[in-house]
Amino acid sequence: MQLIACPWCGPREEVEFHYGGQAHVPYPDSPAELSDEEWAHYVFFRDNPKGRFAERWNHSAGCRRWFNAIRDTATYRFERVYRLDDPKPGVTELARSREEGTAP
Amino acid sequence: MTSPFRTSTGGRIDRATTVEFTFDGQTLRGHPGDTLASALLANGRHQIATSIKLGRPRGIAAAWAEDPGGLVQIEEPFPEPMLLATTVELHEGLAAHGLPGQGRLADVPDSARYDAVHHHVDVLVVGAGPAGLAAALTAARAGARVALVDEQSEAGGSLLSGTERLDDAPALQWVAAAVAELAGLPEVLHLQRTTAFGSYDDGFVLALERRTDHLGAAAPKHVSRQRVWRIRARSIVVATGAHERPVVFADNDRPGIMLAGAARTFLHRYGVLPGREAVVFTTNDSAYDAALDLHRAGVHVQAVVDARPEGSPRRAECERAGIRVLSGAVVTGTRGAERITHALVAPFADGEVGAGSAITCDLLLVSGGWNPAVHLFSQARGRLRYDAALGAFLPGEELDGLAVAGSAAGVPDLAGCLTDGQRVARATLAGPPAADDRLPTAPESAVPTPPLVLWRVPDTSGADGSTSFVDLQRDATVADIARAIGAGLRSIEHVKRYTTIGTAHDQGKTSGVLTSGITAELLAIPVQDTGTTTFRPPYTPVAFAALAGRDRGRLFDPERVTALHEWHVAAGAVFEDVGQWKRPRHYPRPGEDMEAAVLRECAAARTGVGILDGSTLGKIDVQGPDAAVLLDRLYTNLMSSLKVGSVRYGVMCGVDGMVIDDGTVLRLAEDRFLVLTTTGGAAKVLDWMEEWVQTEWPDLRVHCTSVTEQWCTFPVVGPRSRDVVGAVFPQVDVSAEAFPFMTWRDTTLDGVPVRLARISFSGELAFEVYVNPWYAVAVWQRLLDAGRPYGITPYGTETMHVLRAEKGYPIIGQDTDGTVTPHDLGMAWAVSKKKPDFVGKRSFARPANQDPLRKHLVGLLPVDRQTVLPEGSQIVEFRTDGRLPPPPVPMLGHVTSSYRSAELARPFALALVKGGRERIGETVHVPVDGTLVPVEVTGPVLVDPEGARRDG
Repeated sequence: MQLIACPWCGPREEVEFHYGGQAHVPYPDSPAELSDEEWAHYVFFRDNPKGRFAERWNHSAGCRRWFNAIRDTATYRFERVYRLDDPKPGVTELARSREEGTAP
Repeated sequence: MTSPFRTSTGGRIDRATTVEFTFDGQTLRGHPGDTLASALLANGRHQIATSIKLGRPRGIAAAWAEDPGGLVQIEEPFPEPMLLATTVELHEGLAAHGLPGQGRLADVPDSARYDAVHHHVDVLVVGAGPAGLAAALTAARAGARVALVDEQSEAGGSLLSGTERLDDAPALQWVAAAVAELAGLPEVLHLQRTTAFGSYDDGFVLALERRTDHLGAAAPKHVSRQRVWRIRARSIVVATGAHERPVVFADNDRPGIMLAGAARTFLHRYGVLPGREAVVFTTNDSAYDAALDLHRAGVHVQAVVDARPEGSPRRAECERAGIRVLSGAVVTGTRGAERITHALVAPFADGEVGAGSAITCDLLLVSGGWNPAVHLFSQARGRLRYDAALGAFLPGEELDGLAVAGSAAGVPDLAGCLTDGQRVARATLAGPPAADDRLPTAPESAVPTPPLVLWRVPDTSGADGSTSFVDLQRDATVADIARAIGAGLRSIEHVKRYTTIGTAHDQGKTSGVLTSGITAELLAIPVQDTGTTTFRPPYTPVAFAALAGRDRGRLFDPERVTALHEWHVAAGAVFEDVGQWKRPRHYPRPGEDMEAAVLRECAAARTGVGILDGSTLGKIDVQGPDAAVLLDRLYTNLMSSLKVGSVRYGVMCGVDGMVIDDGTVLRLAEDRFLVLTTTGGAAKVLDWMEEWVQTEWPDLRVHCTSVTEQWCTFPVVGPRSRDVVGAVFPQVDVSAEAFPFMTWRDTTLDGVPVRLARISFSGELAFEVYVNPWYAVAVWQRLLDAGRPYGITPYGTETMHVLRAEKGYPIIGQDTDGTVTPHDLGMAWAVSKKKPDFVGKRSFARPANQDPLRKHLVGLLPVDRQTVLPEGSQIVEFRTDGRLPPPPVPMLGHVTSSYRSAELARPFALALVKGGRERIGETVHVPVDGTLVPVEVTGPVLVDPEGARRDG
């Protein structure tokens, strides 16, 4: 059973968490102005990469806070967790955080 | 009385005590410290059972969990199937019999307790052999928090099976000193009879401790029988040793054929001679110890058959002892029936077998080398590498937080295992090792002759490999592997599944690497390319009861009860589970079945007064200056326009426009709402609110919290409810004018705050009474007392369902299934047209949601006025011939709720039907038990469609 590092509580067992799907899919500003296809993309379409994926997680059996994480879908490893108001990490930033050992 | 094959001295058994046990109905004797296997061998019994497919006699072939042969069914003290005679510790009164294949589960409940413990350590050491003990000592001496687990009854590992010496004394003296030292260190947990059976991510290991199995009927009842240790370790040292591997040859499955190392274990640990006349067949030096030890113990060793042309430097030692050594020779087959009688021995050079001869024996020991027990390393996704010199798979990479030490890492000798354990443990330490971190001195071991990697002896018996067994438990042979490859299979995973090799209780401990080797040979590819099948937990079988632990029966899931639970029990309520809640379903009077009780309860609510414990309703307190903004965004209707003191029904949808919950909302203040949800939806709706507030609208100044358990709720329902509520709360003007429908009022009763709300889930005049759970029983009792003149009737969830269904009120999750919009439910009135947006709104405009053939919620009335349609029944077009056409039959929808109605004096149902509102008045068919029942489609509101009753 994996440990997931909640940004507020620290490492906790994965059974305390709920998965929330792809991160950085904001609710559209004006849904009424979107075409059916654009709206369908918001509602139904998500990426499904092999490798690094920005995801939403909820520490549902702990502090109940949502946060974002970069996780490798092939190895299940969490490379980094970050707060919702942090920007989506770029590839270079991820590489740097791993070199510096700051990525959890 | 001594057993015929028991030595006169030696072994780790308590010879002063005798225990009686029964095997296959025969009463036998052994000693504490025996396993069932060693006690059987001491009594001269090798055969345990016959094999599952071929019915061939099979016996004890190893001394521990790798044994593919000795499966038994335990009968006493408690029935348990599929255990190994080699791992069952003997105790007084044990009764067992041999198993040809499958066993039998107990048909009585297991009265033993099982539990689980969480434990956190710096270093977990798995295995208390030389490497594991050295590792545990090094870590513990340096002050680390250590757990040492070992699956045997006592520490020592391989040292228990031999005559090794350390510091010029028997090695077991050092083992005892090490165990004592560990016991004196405060941060050490040392568990024997504890198998680490699974290693998972981030240093998580599951281990099963067998706490009382060895005590039999004497086991104290207050001690759990088995315990699952859930260990989280910063570092793991895997010192699990190695399993000896056989060589495959024709008729290699007869009782009396066992691994060479196992014979040493039976001799040294249990004081048992596994035979009188032995032949030893080996490809490496280790079996020479078995030959010499058995010889010294009085066994006549007929020959050592060494497949290596150059033999071993230990040949001279044997010959001095008078043991014949045949180098460059192999065992090609055996004779015998229930026990081996002859080993067929032939010269062997360059893969060719020469002319052979038969040697009489009752014991054939086999050693084809050693497979490091890399299971835990491999389970943790460690990559294995094939070592061609050893003919074995070794850890092929370094893992973070998990290291393999000793013979599990391929270290061949005792001194090497000790230093390897120490080295690996030191690497886990944050600081320097302790000053006194000393290892015992082991004698120099001779330089071994390299082993010969020999998976199988060519079959000269004429059976073409069909009696050359690879997996004894599965009766799978070399011929089966050849057949798999002939069928085109190349992957070792496919060969495993085609042949079933490695799928029995032992999970291929002796057969797995053999299969890789033989498959590679037959495919003429390197063994590295074949690889092994995936190692998965558990390492050895674990009973479901142990995994379940205390989470059985009533402890399986929390039970939630309301403040009135005892009252309901005393009133004879029949309960149903609603999520985790225990809710009264109905309150039968003597002689009543559920149907009669529900008809009576319904009639009371419709004609007099009824009362329901609705405390399980979800309640969420939403507070903050932006509370109304949040609710406007999450509900389909407008909540910000709700006046303080009023109540509004609301529907909540997902972004896809499908209904996820419904309920009423009370505005308590400008910045405060009480949101009521369905019983089952309470947690989900609170999570839904939190998700939006945290992830999308963190700017909103609003907080949401559950108050479900802070308020008990009693709907008082029926035309006489005003009389009852007015009598109990005289300070409240309960008239329709002063206290209109969909409003709430606060009052007090003897100083206790009470909230009343004019909400109806039945269509009748109704008041919901909210009170703190501490006062729930008192208020409930006062309502009952006040209602007695009107025949107030407590009713349960079944009546609640009938009453609401008669009014066409849907239950979200019963009448809906995540594909139903508010419009489908006929609730367009609850969808705001004023709000520019709310969650789900944009989806209503999608073409699929505009389809006139969407399923609508409608009512159904069986024309025969008798049939209660089973919920979930399909609905089809009316068939004039009354018979279903050939399939596929187009389906129009399904029945979602169905009851017998006291008010209508007939059964009715709610259903989702394609274009249902256009079909009102039509007759359709519902297949019930093979007959087509005609039903009339109606609007969903069957009782009081004008809504005339809500004000009384």
